[in-house]
Amino acid sequence: MALTREQIAIRVARELQDGFYVNLGIGIPTLVANYVPEGMEVMLQSENGLLGMGQFPTEDEIDADMINAGKQTVTTVTGASIFSSAESFAMIRGGHVDLTVLGAFEVDTSGNIASYMIPGKLIKGMGGAMDLVAGADNIIVTMTHASKHGESKLLTKCSLPLTGAGCIKKVLTDLAYIEIEDGAFILKERAPGVSVEEIVSKTEGKMIVPDHVPEMVF
Amino acid sequence: MSGFNKVVNSYEEAMAGLKDGMTVIAGGFGLCGIPENLIAQVKKMGTKDLTIVSNNCGVDGFGLGVLLEDRQVKKMVSSYVGENALFMKQLLAGELEVELTPQGTLAEKMRAGGAGIPAFYTATGYGTPVAEGKDVREFNGRNYILEESITGDFAIVKGWKADKFGNVVYRHTAQNFNPMAATAGKITVVEVEEIVEPGELDPAHIHTPGIYVDRLIVGTFEKRIEQRTVRT
Repeated sequence: MALTREQIAIRVARELQDGFYVNLGIGIPTLVANYVPEGMEVMLQSENGLLGMGQFPTEDEIDADMINAGKQTVTTVTGASIFSSAESFAMIRGGHVDLTVLGAFEVDTSGNIASYMIPGKLIKGMGGAMDLVAGADNIIVTMTHASKHGESKLLTKCSLPLTGAGCIKKVLTDLAYIEIEDGAFILKERAPGVSVEEIVSKTEGKMIVPDHVPEMVF
Repeated sequence: MSGFNKVVNSYEEAMAGLKDGMTVIAGGFGLCGIPENLIAQVKKMGTKDLTIVSNNCGVDGFGLGVLLEDRQVKKMVSSYVGENALFMKQLLAGELEVELTPQGTLAEKMRAGGAGIPAFYTATGYGTPVAEGKDVREFNGRNYILEESITGDFAIVKGWKADKFGNVVYRHTAQNFNPMAATAGKITVVEVEEIVEPGELDPAHIHTPGIYVDRLIVGTFEKRIEQRTVRT
Protein backbone atom coordinates (compact mmCIF):
# COMPACT_ATOMS: atom_id res chain seq x y z
CA MET A 1 0.00 0.00 0.00
CA ALA A 2 1.14 3.50 -0.74
CA LEU A 3 1.90 5.55 2.35
CA THR A 4 -0.81 7.79 3.72
CA ARG A 5 -0.06 11.45 4.36
CA GLU A 6 0.30 10.63 8.04
CA GLN A 7 2.72 7.78 7.35
CA ILE A 8 4.85 10.07 5.19
CA ALA A 9 4.98 12.52 8.10
CA ILE A 10 5.84 9.71 10.55
CA ARG A 11 8.68 8.50 8.33
CA VAL A 12 10.10 12.03 7.97
CA ALA A 13 9.88 12.51 11.73
CA ARG A 14 12.33 9.63 12.16
CA GLU A 15 14.98 11.93 10.64
CA LEU A 16 14.57 14.44 13.47
CA GLN A 17 17.23 14.77 16.13
CA ASP A 18 17.09 16.34 19.56
CA GLY A 19 17.96 20.03 19.33
CA PHE A 20 17.17 20.37 15.62
CA TYR A 21 15.91 23.63 14.14
CA VAL A 22 13.49 22.55 11.42
CA ASN A 23 11.61 24.30 8.63
CA LEU A 24 8.45 22.52 7.49
CA GLY A 25 6.80 23.47 4.21
CA ILE A 26 3.09 23.73 3.52
CA GLY A 27 0.98 20.54 3.21
CA ILE A 28 2.29 17.13 4.27
CA PRO A 29 5.54 18.57 5.72
CA THR A 30 3.45 20.52 8.25
CA LEU A 31 2.12 17.20 9.62
CA VAL A 32 5.65 16.19 10.68
CA ALA A 33 5.21 18.45 13.72
CA ASN A 34 2.58 16.00 15.03
CA TYR A 35 5.08 13.13 15.19
CA VAL A 36 8.08 14.54 17.02
CA PRO A 37 9.26 11.58 19.18
CA GLU A 38 8.47 11.72 22.89
CA GLY A 39 11.19 13.43 24.91
CA MET A 40 12.83 15.03 21.85
CA GLU A 41 12.98 18.80 21.50
CA VAL A 42 12.88 20.43 18.09
CA MET A 43 12.15 24.04 17.23
CA LEU A 44 10.13 24.89 14.15
CA GLN A 45 11.21 27.79 11.98
CA SER A 46 8.61 29.69 10.00
CA GLU A 47 10.21 31.78 7.29
CA ASN A 48 8.06 34.87 7.73
CA GLY A 49 10.09 35.44 10.90
CA LEU A 50 9.45 33.00 13.75
CA LEU A 51 11.63 30.40 15.46
CA GLY A 52 9.71 28.27 17.92
CA MET A 53 6.32 27.92 16.26
CA GLY A 54 3.69 26.34 18.51
CA GLN A 55 0.33 24.74 17.84
CA PHE A 56 -2.73 26.46 16.45
CA PRO A 57 -4.34 28.87 18.92
CA THR A 58 -7.59 28.35 20.77
CA GLU A 59 -10.42 30.71 19.80
CA ASP A 60 -9.38 32.93 22.71
CA GLU A 61 -5.73 32.99 21.71
CA ILE A 62 -6.22 33.93 18.04
CA ASP A 63 -4.08 36.92 17.14
CA ALA A 64 -3.95 38.42 13.65
CA ASP A 65 -0.33 39.46 14.27
CA MET A 66 0.77 35.90 14.99
CA ILE A 67 0.89 33.77 11.85
CA ASN A 68 3.13 31.20 10.18
CA ALA A 69 4.53 31.03 6.66
CA GLY A 70 1.28 29.42 5.49
CA LYS A 71 -0.52 32.54 6.79
CA GLN A 72 -2.26 30.40 9.41
CA THR A 73 -2.80 31.69 12.92
CA VAL A 74 -0.34 30.01 15.30
CA THR A 75 1.15 30.32 18.77
CA THR A 76 4.73 30.32 20.01
CA VAL A 77 6.48 27.80 22.24
CA THR A 78 8.45 28.78 25.33
CA GLY A 79 11.81 30.08 24.20
CA ALA A 80 10.60 31.25 20.81
CA SER A 81 11.98 34.30 19.02
CA ILE A 82 10.45 36.61 16.43
CA PHE A 83 12.39 38.64 13.89
CA SER A 84 12.30 40.23 10.47
CA SER A 85 12.07 38.31 7.21
CA ALA A 86 15.66 39.34 6.36
CA GLU A 87 16.88 37.82 9.62
CA SER A 88 14.77 34.75 8.96
CA PHE A 89 16.32 34.18 5.55
CA ALA A 90 19.78 34.89 6.90
CA MET A 91 19.21 31.80 9.08
CA ILE A 92 18.09 29.85 6.04
CA ARG A 93 20.73 31.07 3.58
CA GLY A 94 23.46 30.86 6.16
CA GLY A 95 22.82 27.14 6.59
CA HIS A 96 21.71 27.41 10.23
CA VAL A 97 18.52 25.38 9.83
CA ASP A 98 19.20 21.68 10.52
CA LEU A 99 16.42 20.14 8.44
CA THR A 100 14.08 21.42 5.75
CA VAL A 101 11.05 19.43 4.57
CA LEU A 102 9.14 20.57 1.52
CA GLY A 103 6.93 19.31 -1.28
CA ALA A 104 7.63 19.17 -5.02
CA PHE A 105 6.02 18.54 -8.41
CA GLU A 106 9.16 16.85 -9.81
CA VAL A 107 12.70 15.92 -8.84
CA ASP A 108 15.42 14.50 -11.06
CA THR A 109 18.57 12.42 -10.87
CA SER A 110 20.75 15.56 -10.85
CA GLY A 111 19.12 16.67 -7.60
CA ASN A 112 17.07 19.35 -9.33
CA ILE A 113 13.66 20.24 -7.93
CA ALA A 114 10.60 21.82 -9.57
CA SER A 115 7.93 22.90 -7.12
CA TYR A 116 6.61 26.35 -7.83
CA MET A 117 5.34 26.84 -11.34
CA ILE A 118 3.36 25.05 -14.02
CA PRO A 119 3.68 27.36 -17.04
CA GLY A 120 0.34 28.52 -18.39
CA LYS A 121 -1.55 26.95 -15.50
CA LEU A 122 -0.32 28.05 -12.15
CA ILE A 123 1.49 31.32 -11.57
CA LYS A 124 1.70 31.75 -7.85
CA GLY A 125 5.35 32.22 -7.08
CA MET A 126 8.11 30.47 -5.22
CA GLY A 127 7.67 32.12 -1.83
CA GLY A 128 10.63 31.01 0.27
CA ALA A 129 11.17 27.66 -1.47
CA MET A 130 14.11 28.79 -3.64
CA ASP A 131 15.91 30.17 -0.59
CA LEU A 132 15.20 27.03 1.41
CA VAL A 133 16.51 24.58 -1.20
CA ALA A 134 19.58 26.72 -1.93
CA GLY A 135 20.39 27.42 1.70
CA ALA A 136 19.77 24.13 3.47
CA ASP A 137 22.12 21.18 3.37
CA ASN A 138 19.71 18.65 4.84
CA ILE A 139 16.51 18.66 2.80
CA ILE A 140 13.80 16.02 2.55
CA VAL A 141 11.36 16.34 -0.34
CA THR A 142 7.94 14.76 0.22
CA MET A 143 5.82 14.05 -2.83
CA THR A 144 3.69 11.48 -4.61
CA HIS A 145 5.77 9.14 -6.74
CA ALA A 146 3.59 9.44 -9.82
CA SER A 147 0.65 11.54 -11.02
CA LYS A 148 -2.92 10.28 -10.90
CA HIS A 149 -2.42 9.20 -14.50
CA GLY A 150 0.64 7.16 -13.53
CA GLU A 151 3.26 9.55 -14.94
CA SER A 152 6.48 9.47 -12.96
CA LYS A 153 7.56 12.55 -11.02
CA LEU A 154 11.06 11.16 -10.46
CA LEU A 155 12.74 12.05 -13.70
CA THR A 156 15.99 12.10 -15.64
CA LYS A 157 15.42 15.80 -16.12
CA CYS A 158 12.71 18.00 -14.60
CA SER A 159 10.27 19.24 -17.24
CA LEU A 160 8.96 22.19 -15.19
CA PRO A 161 10.85 25.40 -14.27
CA LEU A 162 13.31 24.64 -11.47
CA THR A 163 13.09 25.81 -7.90
CA GLY A 164 16.69 24.79 -7.30
CA ALA A 165 19.53 23.08 -9.16
CA GLY A 166 21.52 20.16 -7.77
CA CYS A 167 20.34 20.62 -4.20
CA ILE A 168 18.16 17.59 -3.40
CA LYS A 169 19.61 14.40 -1.92
CA LYS A 170 16.64 12.83 -0.09
CA VAL A 171 13.14 12.13 -1.39
CA LEU A 172 10.27 10.43 0.39
CA THR A 173 7.37 9.50 -1.84
CA ASP A 174 4.21 7.58 -1.07
CA LEU A 175 6.00 4.48 -2.38
CA ALA A 176 9.65 4.75 -1.35
CA TYR A 177 12.45 6.52 0.42
CA ILE A 178 15.13 7.43 -2.10
CA GLU A 179 18.48 9.15 -2.03
CA ILE A 180 20.05 10.91 -5.00
CA GLU A 181 23.71 10.21 -5.59
CA ASP A 182 26.01 10.47 -8.62
CA GLY A 183 23.19 11.05 -11.09
CA ALA A 184 20.87 8.27 -9.98
CA PHE A 185 18.04 7.52 -7.58
CA ILE A 186 19.11 4.98 -4.96
CA LEU A 187 16.17 2.98 -3.65
CA LYS A 188 16.67 2.83 0.11
CA GLU A 189 13.30 1.77 1.54
CA ARG A 190 9.92 0.79 0.19
CA ALA A 191 6.43 1.37 1.56
CA PRO A 192 4.85 -1.69 3.22
CA GLY A 193 3.57 -4.11 0.60
CA VAL A 194 4.93 -2.11 -2.36
CA SER A 195 7.19 -4.13 -4.65
CA VAL A 196 10.54 -3.01 -5.99
CA GLU A 197 9.14 -3.65 -9.48
CA GLU A 198 6.27 -1.22 -8.95
CA ILE A 199 8.65 1.49 -7.70
CA VAL A 200 11.04 0.95 -10.61
CA SER A 201 8.19 1.00 -13.12
CA LYS A 202 6.97 4.33 -11.72
CA THR A 203 10.44 5.90 -11.75
CA GLU A 204 11.42 7.45 -15.07
CA GLY A 205 14.96 8.47 -14.03
CA LYS A 206 17.81 5.99 -13.57
CA MET A 207 17.29 4.00 -10.38
CA ILE A 208 19.81 1.85 -8.57
CA VAL A 209 18.24 -1.00 -6.60
CA PRO A 210 20.42 -2.52 -3.87
CA ASP A 211 20.19 -6.28 -3.21
CA HIS A 212 18.08 -5.70 -0.14
CA VAL A 213 15.47 -2.93 0.03
CA PRO A 214 13.89 -2.95 3.49
CA GLU A 215 10.20 -2.35 3.97
CA MET A 216 9.25 0.58 6.16
CA VAL A 217 7.65 -0.44 9.44
CA PHE A 218 4.87 1.58 11.04
CA MET B 1 10.04 73.38 16.90
CA SER B 2 9.24 70.11 15.26
CA GLY B 3 12.83 68.84 15.32
CA PHE B 4 12.61 65.09 15.15
CA ASN B 5 8.84 64.95 15.44
CA LYS B 6 7.66 62.83 12.48
CA VAL B 7 3.95 62.85 13.28
CA VAL B 8 1.51 63.88 10.57
CA ASN B 9 -2.19 64.26 11.21
CA SER B 10 -3.88 63.06 8.05
CA TYR B 11 -3.45 60.28 5.54
CA GLU B 12 -3.45 62.92 2.77
CA GLU B 13 -0.38 64.44 4.38
CA ALA B 14 1.15 61.00 4.95
CA MET B 15 1.11 60.13 1.25
CA ALA B 16 1.58 63.63 -0.19
CA GLY B 17 3.96 63.62 -3.15
CA LEU B 18 3.06 60.18 -4.46
CA LYS B 19 2.92 60.43 -8.23
CA ASP B 20 2.09 58.22 -11.21
CA GLY B 21 4.87 55.82 -12.15
CA MET B 22 6.54 55.74 -8.75
CA THR B 23 7.87 52.69 -6.94
CA VAL B 24 6.32 51.88 -3.58
CA ILE B 25 7.79 49.33 -1.19
CA ALA B 26 5.19 47.90 1.18
CA GLY B 27 5.74 45.91 4.36
CA GLY B 28 3.58 42.96 5.33
CA PHE B 29 3.34 39.23 4.78
CA GLY B 30 0.00 38.02 3.49
CA LEU B 31 -2.44 40.28 5.31
CA CYS B 32 -0.29 40.34 8.45
CA GLY B 33 1.38 43.64 9.27
CA ILE B 34 0.20 45.45 6.16
CA PRO B 35 -0.16 49.25 6.12
CA GLU B 36 -3.86 48.96 5.37
CA ASN B 37 -4.78 52.62 5.75
CA LEU B 38 -1.83 53.85 3.68
CA ILE B 39 -2.85 51.41 0.95
CA ALA B 40 -6.41 52.70 1.19
CA GLN B 41 -5.05 56.24 0.80
CA VAL B 42 -3.17 55.25 -2.38
CA LYS B 43 -6.44 53.85 -3.72
CA LYS B 44 -8.23 57.06 -2.84
CA MET B 45 -5.57 59.16 -4.60
CA GLY B 46 -5.97 57.07 -7.75
CA THR B 47 -2.25 57.17 -8.52
CA LYS B 48 -1.48 55.03 -11.58
CA ASP B 49 1.34 53.02 -13.15
CA LEU B 50 2.78 52.12 -9.78
CA THR B 51 5.47 49.53 -9.25
CA ILE B 52 4.69 47.85 -5.95
CA VAL B 53 7.36 45.85 -4.14
CA SER B 54 5.74 43.60 -1.56
CA ASN B 55 5.92 39.93 -0.70
CA ASN B 56 2.26 39.43 -1.66
CA CYS B 57 -0.49 41.43 -3.31
CA GLY B 58 -3.19 41.18 -0.67
CA VAL B 59 -6.43 39.40 -1.46
CA ASP B 60 -9.41 40.39 -3.56
CA GLY B 61 -10.88 43.47 -1.92
CA PHE B 62 -8.34 43.90 0.87
CA GLY B 63 -4.74 44.98 1.29
CA LEU B 64 -2.82 45.70 -1.91
CA GLY B 65 -5.55 43.81 -3.79
CA VAL B 66 -7.66 47.00 -3.75
CA LEU B 67 -5.10 48.79 -5.95
CA LEU B 68 -5.79 46.29 -8.73
CA GLU B 69 -9.46 47.24 -8.90
CA ASP B 70 -8.78 50.53 -10.70
CA ARG B 71 -5.66 49.20 -12.43
CA GLN B 72 -3.30 51.37 -10.41
CA VAL B 73 -0.53 48.79 -10.47
CA LYS B 74 1.75 48.44 -13.49
CA LYS B 75 4.13 45.97 -11.95
CA MET B 76 4.38 43.83 -8.81
CA VAL B 77 7.64 42.55 -7.39
CA SER B 78 6.58 39.70 -5.11
CA SER B 79 7.43 36.18 -4.04
CA TYR B 80 3.92 34.76 -3.90
CA VAL B 81 0.72 36.02 -5.46
CA GLY B 82 -1.52 32.97 -5.24
CA GLU B 83 -4.29 34.37 -3.07
CA ASN B 84 -5.74 36.83 -5.50
CA ALA B 85 -8.13 36.05 -8.37
CA LEU B 86 -8.10 39.57 -9.84
CA PHE B 87 -4.31 39.52 -9.84
CA MET B 88 -4.29 36.27 -11.83
CA LYS B 89 -6.84 37.64 -14.27
CA GLN B 90 -4.88 40.83 -14.96
CA LEU B 91 -1.62 38.93 -15.18
CA LEU B 92 -2.93 36.37 -17.66
CA ALA B 93 -4.52 39.19 -19.70
CA GLY B 94 -1.16 40.98 -19.88
CA GLU B 95 -2.48 44.03 -18.00
CA LEU B 96 -0.07 43.55 -15.14
CA GLU B 97 3.61 42.68 -14.98
CA VAL B 98 5.00 40.56 -12.20
CA GLU B 99 8.60 39.96 -11.23
CA LEU B 100 8.55 36.83 -9.11
CA THR B 101 11.37 37.13 -6.61
CA PRO B 102 12.35 34.55 -4.00
CA GLN B 103 11.18 35.64 -0.56
CA GLY B 104 14.63 35.76 1.02
CA THR B 105 16.07 37.54 -2.00
CA LEU B 106 13.24 40.07 -1.80
CA ALA B 107 13.91 40.75 1.87
CA GLU B 108 17.63 41.07 1.18
CA LYS B 109 17.03 43.36 -1.83
CA MET B 110 15.16 45.75 0.46
CA ARG B 111 17.71 45.43 3.24
CA ALA B 112 20.61 46.02 0.85
CA GLY B 113 18.79 48.90 -0.84
CA GLY B 114 18.29 50.61 2.49
CA ALA B 115 21.90 49.94 3.47
CA GLY B 116 23.43 51.45 0.34
CA ILE B 117 24.54 48.13 -1.12
CA PRO B 118 23.67 48.10 -4.83
CA ALA B 119 23.79 44.34 -5.39
CA PHE B 120 24.74 41.05 -3.75
CA TYR B 121 25.47 37.46 -4.72
CA THR B 122 23.20 34.65 -3.54
CA ALA B 123 22.87 30.94 -4.28
CA THR B 124 19.10 31.32 -4.23
CA GLY B 125 17.70 30.94 -7.73
CA TYR B 126 20.87 29.69 -9.40
CA GLY B 127 19.91 27.38 -12.28
CA THR B 128 16.26 28.51 -12.18
CA PRO B 129 14.22 31.01 -14.23
CA VAL B 130 15.12 33.66 -11.63
CA ALA B 131 18.76 33.52 -12.78
CA GLU B 132 18.00 34.42 -16.41
CA GLY B 133 20.13 37.34 -17.56
CA LYS B 134 21.92 37.65 -14.23
CA ASP B 135 25.66 37.53 -13.63
CA VAL B 136 26.87 34.19 -12.22
CA ARG B 137 30.01 33.90 -10.16
CA GLU B 138 31.67 31.03 -8.38
CA PHE B 139 32.84 31.35 -4.79
CA ASN B 140 34.47 28.38 -3.05
CA GLY B 141 33.19 25.95 -5.68
CA ARG B 142 29.58 27.06 -5.57
CA ASN B 143 27.63 29.18 -8.05
CA TYR B 144 25.88 32.39 -7.05
CA ILE B 145 23.80 34.92 -8.98
CA LEU B 146 24.02 38.68 -8.74
CA GLU B 147 20.84 40.30 -7.45
CA GLU B 148 20.36 44.06 -7.52
CA SER B 149 18.97 45.80 -4.48
CA ILE B 150 15.71 47.77 -4.39
CA THR B 151 14.85 51.24 -3.22
CA GLY B 152 11.48 52.94 -3.48
CA ASP B 153 10.20 56.46 -3.99
CA PHE B 154 7.98 55.62 -1.04
CA ALA B 155 8.03 52.92 1.58
CA ILE B 156 4.80 52.21 3.44
CA VAL B 157 5.15 50.42 6.74
CA LYS B 158 2.90 49.11 9.52
CA GLY B 159 4.25 49.26 13.07
CA TRP B 160 2.73 48.58 16.47
CA LYS B 161 4.01 51.44 18.59
CA ALA B 162 6.25 54.35 17.79
CA ASP B 163 7.42 57.40 19.64
CA LYS B 164 7.05 60.79 18.01
CA PHE B 165 10.63 60.62 16.77
CA GLY B 166 9.67 57.63 14.60
CA ASN B 167 11.35 54.91 16.64
CA VAL B 168 9.17 51.92 15.80
CA VAL B 169 8.37 48.60 17.47
CA TYR B 170 6.54 45.82 15.61
CA ARG B 171 4.21 43.30 17.18
CA HIS B 172 4.79 39.55 16.82
CA THR B 173 5.08 38.28 13.25
CA ALA B 174 3.56 41.51 11.93
CA GLN B 175 7.22 42.55 11.82
CA ASN B 176 8.04 40.48 8.68
CA PHE B 177 9.18 42.76 5.81
CA ASN B 178 8.40 46.03 7.59
CA PRO B 179 11.85 46.81 9.04
CA MET B 180 13.57 46.36 5.66
CA ALA B 181 10.88 48.28 3.81
CA ALA B 182 11.31 51.13 6.30
CA THR B 183 14.97 51.52 5.37
CA ALA B 184 14.47 51.46 1.62
CA GLY B 185 12.12 54.37 0.90
CA LYS B 186 13.20 57.85 -0.22
CA ILE B 187 10.14 58.81 1.79
CA THR B 188 9.24 56.29 4.47
CA VAL B 189 5.76 56.52 5.92
CA VAL B 190 4.91 54.48 9.00
CA GLU B 191 1.44 53.93 10.40
CA VAL B 192 1.09 52.54 13.91
CA GLU B 193 -1.54 51.59 16.45
CA GLU B 194 -0.18 53.90 19.13
CA ILE B 195 2.15 56.91 19.27
CA VAL B 196 3.93 57.54 22.55
CA GLU B 197 6.28 60.20 23.87
CA PRO B 198 10.03 59.86 23.24
CA GLY B 199 11.57 57.99 26.16
CA GLU B 200 8.60 55.69 26.70
CA LEU B 201 10.02 52.92 24.51
CA ASP B 202 13.15 51.08 25.64
CA PRO B 203 15.91 52.28 23.29
CA ALA B 204 17.36 48.75 23.18
CA HIS B 205 14.05 47.31 21.98
CA ILE B 206 13.52 49.60 18.98
CA HIS B 207 13.18 47.62 15.73
CA THR B 208 13.29 50.59 13.34
CA PRO B 209 15.25 53.63 14.52
CA GLY B 210 13.65 56.96 13.71
CA ILE B 211 16.41 57.97 11.30
CA TYR B 212 14.67 55.87 8.63
CA VAL B 213 11.22 57.36 9.21
CA ASP B 214 9.98 60.53 7.50
CA ARG B 215 6.29 60.54 8.39
CA LEU B 216 4.39 58.85 11.17
CA ILE B 217 0.66 58.51 11.62
CA VAL B 218 -1.62 56.71 14.05
CA GLY B 219 -4.47 54.68 12.61
CA THR B 220 -7.04 52.02 13.39
CA PHE B 221 -6.73 48.63 11.76
CA GLU B 222 -9.06 45.86 10.68
CA LYS B 223 -6.27 43.24 10.79
CA ARG B 224 -8.09 40.73 8.64
CA ILE B 225 -7.00 37.11 9.13
CA GLU B 226 -6.24 35.17 5.97
CA GLN B 227 -6.17 31.61 7.35
CA ARG B 228 -8.03 31.34 10.62
CA THR B 229 -6.79 28.08 12.12
CA VAL B 230 -7.66 26.93 15.64
CA ARG B 231 -7.00 23.82 17.67
CA THR B 232 -9.91 21.91 19.07
